[in-house]
Amino acid sequence: MIEDEDIDLLLNDVFEIYGYDFANYSRASLKRRIIRLFALDKFPSFAELRYRVRTEEDYLKRFIEEITVNVTEMFRDPSFYKVLRNEILPNLGTKPFIRIWHAGCSTGEEVFSMAILLQEANLLKKSLLYATDLNPSVLEKVRKGIFPLNQMKQYSESYIASGGTKDFSTYYTANYGQAKLNEDLSEKIIISTHNLVSDSSFNEFDLILCRNVLIYFDKDLQERALKLFDESLGPLGYLALGSKETLKFSTIQSRYKQLDKEKIWKKTM
Amino acid sequence: MEENDVKNKFKAIVIGGSAGSLTVLFEVFPALNPVLNVAIILVLHRKYSGDSSLSDLLSTKTSLPTKEIDDKDPILPGHVYLAPADYHLLIEKKNIFSLDVSEKVNFSRPSLDVTFESAADTFGPSLVAILLSGSNDDGTAGLKAVKNAGGLIIAQKPESAQMAYMPQNAINNLEIDLVLDSKEISDFINNLNQ
Repeated sequence: MIEDEDIDLLLNDVFEIYGYDFANYSRASLKRRIIRLFALDKFPSFAELRYRVRTEEDYLKRFIEEITVNVTEMFRDPSFYKVLRNEILPNLGTKPFIRIWHAGCSTGEEVFSMAILLQEANLLKKSLLYATDLNPSVLEKVRKGIFPLNQMKQYSESYIASGGTKDFSTYYTANYGQAKLNEDLSEKIIISTHNLVSDSSFNEFDLILCRNVLIYFDKDLQERALKLFDESLGPLGYLALGSKETLKFSTIQSRYKQLDKEKIWKKTM
Repeated sequence: MEENDVKNKFKAIVIGGSAGSLTVLFEVFPALNPVLNVAIILVLHRKYSGDSSLSDLLSTKTSLPTKEIDDKDPILPGHVYLAPADYHLLIEKKNIFSLDVSEKVNFSRPSLDVTFESAADTFGPSLVAILLSGSNDDGTAGLKAVKNAGGLIIAQKPESAQMAYMPQNAINNLEIDLVLDSKEISDFINNLNQ
């Protein structure tokens, strides 16, 4: 049985030794991930898990990878992408230059979905997509732009449901069970580590996407991240969250107006 | 147990169901008292449809306030909460919901085991967990966690279930406290904490 106090000690180690601060993550979810890793790696006791994290930097890497959730997909919630395609991008397209931030991008499926939308709207050339995550290993995957081929059928269906009209297979080359996305989609993607817990604003953006990341934070940390987004959004910029995430608990809510239906807010002042 | 010990003992009821469970809920809900002092939390396997029509449908069956959960919503007594499709539902210690999109468990997201286990950790002996009709293994491990934490576990009477497999699996593997049909489930909920 793993107690909450054990979790506290472990998280304290991770912060003191490596600087990753998980204290304000949603505890129920984090605890479940740690118990899962404990079982997966067959530790005889929790003390041994703690010792391994403390002493092996390579294992810390695995620890971060396993306790953060990196489940993502292309064109998840097609109706969301339809609104981006039909309402947001035409609006941003009137600007001379478009800056987009994918905060907590994980392995990058959403970044590439956005690159496809921008390319189809003829806006990719004047856009920059910042892809950030706290975890360097997932960013390596964004850099490669290679995804499992067996996912492509579903992504293709979601792409069509989002209003896509091309043959989705023209966006990648299939090889040995993997799909390598076209190089021209990557040209405007800037990849960097960024930790929403500890790092600050680094640019001004027209659109910030942070979908299904805040669910892993407690309310205090959510508020902190939302303030960071608020500081990083230009006037009339857009903030997009996951389908069950909300600004309703946040002090920034008063400056934002939600679009019909989708979890997209426009900054009004 | 003396009646006084039971009074206000329970804070939450988590009801998990899969194929065939909506039928039961449509029988249970209209029979519920209009005021309850426990929260009812529903976790159902369903196909992602992109809208919230199921909570609208459920709200026509009861006068209890019913909503599909947003991340970090508070858990209030007398309310009915529905886990959103395609998210795992977890319970935080401060009576708050958390959502999670990590890997499917038992081929399911939401997984009944995930919510039962998390609710057991938070509510301990003040939790009732009810497992309804369904055709997979999800729920049994979670009920075990609820039982170990001192909570009360209930399975739908398999002969009353459209899909008997899921409640039967729990009955075969665990010491279930009560085995009830839909009428008995609504009576049980109405008499809770009395």
